Amino acid sequence: MATFAPPASGYDSILVIGGGIAGITAALEAAELGSDVFLVEKMPYLGGRVAQLARYFPKLCPPTCGIEINLRRLRDNPRVHLLTNAEVASIEGAPGAFDVAVTVEPRYVNDRCTACGACVDVCPVERPNAFNYGMDTTKAIYIGHEMAYPMKYAIDEQTCLGEECGRCVAACPYDAIDLAMKPQSVSLQVGAVVVATGWKPYDASAIVNLAFGHYPNIVTNVMLERMAADTGPTGGKIARPSDGRPVNRVAFIQCAGSRDRLHLSYCSGICCLGSLKQATYILDRNPEAEVYIYYIDLRTPGTYEPFADRVMARPHVHAVKGKVADILWDDESGDLSVVADDMVQGHMSRIPVDLVVLATGMEPSLSDHRPAMPAVLDHDGFVLDTGEDRGVYAAGCAREPMDVATATMDATAAAMMAVRSIRKSTVR
Amino acid sequence: MGSKTGVYICEGCGIGDCMDVGALATAAAEFGAAAVKTGRAFCLEDAATIRQDVGEQQLDGVVIAACSPRVNRDRFRFEVEGGPPVHVQRVNIREQVAWSQPAGAEPTQQMAEDLLKMGMAAEKAAKSPRPFTEAHEETVLVVGGGPAGLSAAVSAADAGYFVVLVEKEAELGGFARFLHRQYPTLPPYQDLEPIALEQWIGELAAHPRIEVRTHARLTGIGGQPGAFVATIESGGERQEVTVGSVVMATGFRLAGPDQLTRYGLGRLTDVVTSLDLEHMSAEGRIRRPSNQEEPKRVAIVACDRSADRDYAPYAGNVTSMVSLKQALYVRAAYPEAQVFVVYEDMQAPGHHELFYRHLQEDPGIFFVRGQVETVEASDNGAVTLMVGGTVLGSPVTLAVDLVVLAAGMIPTATADGEAPPLALRYLQGGDIPTRPFGFADSHFLCFPYETRRTGIYTAGVVHRSLDLPQSRRDGAAAAAKAVQVVEQAALGAAVHPRVGDLGYPEFFMQKCTACGRCTQECPFGALELDAAHHPVINPNRCRRCGICMGACPVQIISFPDYSVHALSEMAKQVSMPEDDEEQLRILVFACENDAYPALDMVGFNHLAYPATMRVVPVRCLGAVNSVTVSDAIANGYDGVALLGCKAGDDYQCHFIQGSELLGRRMTNVRETLDRLALESERVQVLETTIADAHRLPEVLQQFADGIAAVGPNPMKGF
Repeated sequence: MATFAPPASGYDSILVIGGGIAGITAALEAAELGSDVFLVEKMPYLGGRVAQLARYFPKLCPPTCGIEINLRRLRDNPRVHLLTNAEVASIEGAPGAFDVAVTVEPRYVNDRCTACGACVDVCPVERPNAFNYGMDTTKAIYIGHEMAYPMKYAIDEQTCLGEECGRCVAACPYDAIDLAMKPQSVSLQVGAVVVATGWKPYDASAIVNLAFGHYPNIVTNVMLERMAADTGPTGGKIARPSDGRPVNRVAFIQCAGSRDRLHLSYCSGICCLGSLKQATYILDRNPEAEVYIYYIDLRTPGTYEPFADRVMARPHVHAVKGKVADILWDDESGDLSVVADDMVQGHMSRIPVDLVVLATGMEPSLSDHRPAMPAVLDHDGFVLDTGEDRGVYAAGCAREPMDVATATMDATAAAMMAVRSIRKSTVR
Repeated sequence: MGSKTGVYICEGCGIGDCMDVGALATAAAEFGAAAVKTGRAFCLEDAATIRQDVGEQQLDGVVIAACSPRVNRDRFRFEVEGGPPVHVQRVNIREQVAWSQPAGAEPTQQMAEDLLKMGMAAEKAAKSPRPFTEAHEETVLVVGGGPAGLSAAVSAADAGYFVVLVEKEAELGGFARFLHRQYPTLPPYQDLEPIALEQWIGELAAHPRIEVRTHARLTGIGGQPGAFVATIESGGERQEVTVGSVVMATGFRLAGPDQLTRYGLGRLTDVVTSLDLEHMSAEGRIRRPSNQEEPKRVAIVACDRSADRDYAPYAGNVTSMVSLKQALYVRAAYPEAQVFVVYEDMQAPGHHELFYRHLQEDPGIFFVRGQVETVEASDNGAVTLMVGGTVLGSPVTLAVDLVVLAAGMIPTATADGEAPPLALRYLQGGDIPTRPFGFADSHFLCFPYETRRTGIYTAGVVHRSLDLPQSRRDGAAAAAKAVQVVEQAALGAAVHPRVGDLGYPEFFMQKCTACGRCTQECPFGALELDAAHHPVINPNRCRRCGICMGACPVQIISFPDYSVHALSEMAKQVSMPEDDEEQLRILVFACENDAYPALDMVGFNHLAYPATMRVVPVRCLGAVNSVTVSDAIANGYDGVALLGCKAGDDYQCHFIQGSELLGRRMTNVRETLDRLALESERVQVLETTIADAHRLPEVLQQFADGIAAVGPNPMKGF
């Protein structure tokens, strides 16, 4: 991690940008096809958005189960060269010969870290924990999450007091902390590129009528994932943020930003299923709770209809077809009311709830930050497949919104396209 | 192994503060280690000591008592110059002892010592694997010449492999031959796009490494990855070809009158399927079948009501999108026509939403949300649909000239009364195993290309409910797996999930009773029977889970580096305090994929699990033999916990059936215990997930408390 010396590759290796589920999958599939792969991840650990999920639909199984198998494949495969804290600055060239500039930000912790945790005990500073969407804190020296890979600490330079504090340096038995670490530029030569830069949750505060940020008992779907995780800020307890009281009535508001010309014009594709899954989080903890799902169309693409049917058939799950007009708040009680145009009943309805969950959509990570690269993006920031072979292949949510099961398929395909592109020119 | 073993005990990461490392070293020496060293950090500088000992003392095995085997795997690889890697056995005294047991306590020390001896026993029992490298034919057989199959063929060929593509029809193209246009895939997502079928077929024709057999049928596949033998029949001739792997892209059939009679199909002449409309559109003649007149009012039914899920519980998004596309066919042909799209939930995910919105602006397209209740002929020759559950409250009646049904797709993975599509010559049957909806895969979410027939991968609608562009990508991805499996076969190495594993099961055949249980329980059909009903292993079909080893009632199945013998040798190393109610001993077999990492996380979070437990990682719970468990009780363990993954329809077992099979075996073990008047609650299967670290301490404590309540094992000391 201190210095990365890329192996001489002679343009027949593959660059994978993004270490979420799509990027990990693409990197492993390409490496197991015999290619050298550079996997570039901007966070200090792999896993991306899926590492932040409590469960996957439809099996309601933990994401770390599949990630664990993938990380074992990764640890045992010398063909995958991992760069964390790293971002691709530019890609120049043509299929078969790309020059890539990568910036590696300092982790301030080197490869000698054994994750013993002696540093954490002495660190005097707390930082908002981005992994838990700011709902709790970690020390300035932190590990991304308990299943993080690499299993090494990292320092948040925004909050770290630096060398004048230096307590972690003194506490570390292994000389693993280097507060003087500097950013590093790395040049790579690759023959093909897989763009697996993923997504970020749409900024819910931009949807004015849904009042996110005004009332504490309005949370987003990604926040609820962390609340439902044993490793999350509440230890898996789902309670009202305002007063910690139990949640008996919950409203899920679909298309919070999606299918809306003012926000995201496309459908994010996964949020209906996400909310149905989250309805099980609520009901498994409190079988007497009432769950209201406000939706336009209940979108369950692929083979998810039986899952949706199963959840919808549970007592206490109510689907309301209609747009939410307003969310009202009672200062004293902390209670909320959801005002919506119920299209089936044909009138405005007003339902009191304890917690509102906004099913915010997916915005491509490349929406506002795009490295220079030979790829065509639409105005939202999704990478398009124009049919022309540019040697750059998108996978997962960098291409369009999709669920995990589709992203892993998509990434396997992108890995094959990248390998083909290189081998086509070398195999007779 | 085990003739010269070096043992390295780490003091770092709090281990030295928690236990007497010197005493562990003494125990290792007494056990017969050739070299014993303690160090501050064997993952860092001290690794050089190990490397030096391996070289100088010609060690053939190394035991490292330190952190979990899940970390620092790359740092603990050692080899004597020019030789194979030295066998490394890890003993987890960091996460599972130092970080999860009270420091300085006698039971903690005892646990560490027991684990160390167990690791040394495992190392001693292990032998070097001799990989099977005899089958590596670099040819992929693609079954089916539709969009997925064509894509798979050209992908594998571009990657350097030879391809044989078998298509049962006279021409390539599959269902895509009948499609007039596809819905938009590029901004602004408004215009229908041509289908580049000719180009895709052209890529094959031009390719030097692709051989196409049309009008051909597959009548058998035997063998294993790297050397499948496929029988192809064509024009009355039969030919056998050897291929390394198979991509199954046999596609789907469209629902017909059997499924769609409720919508009038087969009953009313002017009710047609989406396929019929594709034909009409391609010919430029959209007409009412009854009188050949131009339709003025057309209803397109997305067929997505819940009753349709009886035959296709997945077709939603494809039928929705086909409905939208075909609405445009009609509008383009007849600008005056009115089209009513009847749907329940418009499944237009992603950018399809933009196409949907575009059609909503078309003054000639009307979207009717509801469920078609009846479809009848009316006196004036029109077809009348009654649609209930609409937003208007009361049912809506639509009188139209033509009804188009967006029929669902039914995958053709299995024979289903017809000739089996792959005709596998496997003891376990001719069909590839499918999941509940008839799709042929085994790990729906994380590992979408895994099937239960190693080396055979599915693509297109036989794999998932996919549309055309998705099927093309799917074909490329399945080809990736098909190439990988052959590359692994050349090394004699396993594929997913134990990628790279070299050892495969060996049978001590003199003692085989020909019961056949191993062949029945293998989830991957790796075992066949010979004339004497003895099992025959196909190493490249094997995924190394060890379920056969767990199944064998006479324990004759073992891996060179993993065996019933090794597990039982490990179990024997544990100190067995006698007549001490406070010091019970519980053996825990933990699935190394999920339960074992969860136990590591118990340590990472500095939570605790009972000091009476001794954890043995296993490849899969299914690899635990009944005898291993009953022997443990016979040898004085007070309890045995089997910690593994969820079984059933939504199984989380990486080997599909491991936990389910183990559950059945343990029922038998418990019955035996009852017969012997030994309390059956001594043996329990505890379902867990990898994310359960925060619940495990309580679950395990409850189990330990239960055993304490039952009391010490009366067999102790016998």
